Amino acid sequence: MIKLFSLKQQKKDEEGTARAGGSQKKASAAQLRITKDLNELNLPKTCSTEFPDPDDLLNFKLIICPDEGFYRGGRFVFSFKVGPNYPHEPPKVKCETAVYHPNIDLDGNVCLNILREDWKPVLTVNSIVYGLQYLFLEPNPEDPLNKEAADELQSNRRLFEQHVQRAMRGGYVGSSYFERCLK
Amino acid sequence: MTSGETQTVNDYQQRKWQHIRKLLERSGPFCHPDFEPSPEILDFVMSCCKVLIVGAGGLGCELLKDLALMGFKTIHVIDMDTIELSNLNRQFLFRKTDIGLSKAKCAVEFVNKRIPGCKAVAHHCTIQDMDEGFYRQFHIVVCGLDSIVARRWLNGMLMSLLQYNDDRSLDQSSVIPLVDGGTEGFKGNARLILPGMSACIECTLDLYPPQKTFPLCTIANTPRLPEHCVEYVKVIQWAKENPWGASTPLDGDDPQHVAWVLEKAQERAIKHGITNVTYRLTQGVLKNIIPAVASTNAAIAAACATEVFKLATSCCTNINNYMVLNMSEGVYSYTFNAERRPDCVACSNTTRVLELESDATLQTIYDKLCEDQAFLMKSPGITTVINGRNKTLYMSSVKSIEERTRDNLKKKITELGLYNGAEILVADITTPNTITIKLKFDENIDVDMTR
Repeated sequence: MIKLFSLKQQKKDEEGTARAGGSQKKASAAQLRITKDLNELNLPKTCSTEFPDPDDLLNFKLIICPDEGFYRGGRFVFSFKVGPNYPHEPPKVKCETAVYHPNIDLDGNVCLNILREDWKPVLTVNSIVYGLQYLFLEPNPEDPLNKEAADELQSNRRLFEQHVQRAMRGGYVGSSYFERCLK
Repeated sequence: MTSGETQTVNDYQQRKWQHIRKLLERSGPFCHPDFEPSPEILDFVMSCCKVLIVGAGGLGCELLKDLALMGFKTIHVIDMDTIELSNLNRQFLFRKTDIGLSKAKCAVEFVNKRIPGCKAVAHHCTIQDMDEGFYRQFHIVVCGLDSIVARRWLNGMLMSLLQYNDDRSLDQSSVIPLVDGGTEGFKGNARLILPGMSACIECTLDLYPPQKTFPLCTIANTPRLPEHCVEYVKVIQWAKENPWGASTPLDGDDPQHVAWVLEKAQERAIKHGITNVTYRLTQGVLKNIIPAVASTNAAIAAACATEVFKLATSCCTNINNYMVLNMSEGVYSYTFNAERRPDCVACSNTTRVLELESDATLQTIYDKLCEDQAFLMKSPGITTVINGRNKTLYMSSVKSIEERTRDNLKKKITELGLYNGAEILVADITTPNTITIKLKFDENIDVDMTR
C-alpha cells in the first residue's frame, strides 16, 4: 500500500516550481498501437499503402489490385481513418473507387464483419487488409450491401461477371455510372 | 462577538468533524496495520491534500459533495459540459436557473457556499486543455466520466507523470492514484488504479463492452428492428444527403438533427413494416443513451470517495482493486483483483535508454537498435513526438513511408529535432509493443541543446 500522507506532504508543498524543462508530450495509446500495426504490416503482393503525410500514421490509403477472380485487373482504393479509440474501436474504412460489388455500396460503405460487429482489439490493420482482399476474391451474396449485384451474382454469374467488367472499364450498370478503374 | 459565541462556533467546528476524528485519531481492528492515529492526519486532509474530480455530472456532483463533507477542502473540478434540463433529476447541485451554465462552475459555487471553508475550484474546459503541470499538482485524481476515450487519455497522462529511478524501479512519489467510477443504469463499478503499480485502464480495456453495432448489410437491406432504421439514417443516409452541408457531422445533442433523423427513420420504418420509431429511441441510438439512475451514482460515488479518503489518510486498506455493483435484480457486489498486463502499452512502457554521441545520425540509432545486445531488433520503425506532433523518422516495412523517410537516416539526429533526453518510439517484431527509448548523449558539454 502506498502511504500518500507521508510520501507526498513535502513534495506537494514545493509544487508550482514544476520540474524544470517539462517533459516531452507522450504519444497516445492509439498512436503506439498503430505504429506497431504498420511496422508489422505484411501486405500480400496485390496490396500497397499510400500515406499522404508520412507523419500522420492515422490516415492512409490501401490500394488493392486483385490478380484473380471477378475483379482481376482492377485497382481499388480504400481510405483508412484510425480514431483515438483504436484498437477499442475499428478504423473507419471506405472504398473510394466506385465498384459493382455485392458487399460494397455506391457510396463506398463496406460490409465486412470485422469492420463492425465482429471487431476485436486483437485484430490489426493486417486483418482488415486480408478481409478486404478476400471480399474481392469471394464476393458474398448472402450479406448484400448492393442488393442488385448480389441477386445477380446468385442468379446469373455470367451476367454479373460482364457487369463487373463493364464497371471496371468505365460505364453504366443499370442507372449507376462507374469510373474506369483498370490498372 | 462575545467569548461565549466564539466558544459555540468552535464547539460546532469540533462536533462537525468528530466522526472523522474517531476514524483518524483512534486505532481499531479494521485499521491498516501501519496506521498511526494522529490529529495531523485530518490537518493533512483539510489543509494540504489536493484532489481533482474529473467530471461534474451524475457521479461528479456526488463525489464533490461526499469529499467536501469528508473534510477535503482543496478540490478542483474539471468538466467541459453545460447544464441541461434532463440533468436536474440527479445532478442535485444544479437548479433550473443554471441551465446552460458550466457544470463545473455551478457545482463548485454550490458546494463552496454550502460547506464553509471548502475551497473548490472549477475548470470549464476539456481534460486535454490542461497540461502535465496541472495534473502533477494533485495528490489524487478521481473520475466520473462517461467516455472511454477520456478515461484512456487521463490514464495516459498519469502514466506519463511517473518517474523511474536509474535501476528502472518506480519512484513512488511520482504516483498519483486514480480512482475511477462508472455507472450504466443499475450497474456500476469503482476501481483503484495506482499508476505503474496496479492494473490500469489500458490493461483492462477489453472489460468495456463493445459498442452495440449492427451488421451493415442488415441495416441496409433487411432491417427488422426500429434501431436498424435509425442506424441506417445515421450511418448511410446522413453522409449521403448531408442536410446541413458536408462539413456538419451528425450531432445527437442537436434537436434539429435528431428530428431530421427521426423523420427519415420513420419513412424507412414504414417501407419495411416496422413500428415504434420514436424520438426517444432515435436519441438513444444516436447517443447510446442508457438511463442514468441516481442511486447507482450515489453508491458508486460513495465507494470512490471512501477510496480517496483511505488513500489520503492510510487509515484502512484500499480495495484490491475493482468493485462491480449490480442492482438490476436485488443487489450484487463483487470485488476482484484486476491484474496488470505485462505487455500493457500504457503502464508497462518503462522507458529504456540509448546512449550515443550528440552528432550521431539516425542511421546510428537504427544500427544500434539492430546490433546492440540490449535490443537486437529486426526492422525497427522509429517515430517521435515533437512539439505535440507525431513525426515518423524511419519505417522500412511500409514502402511508401520508407521512400519518404529514407533521407532521414543520413541526417544528424539534432537536425531531426531530437535532443539529449528526447524520447523516440520504436516498434519492432521482437517486442510485443511499441517501446519508448530515451536518448542520452555521451558528451555532456553541448547538452542543453536547442529544442
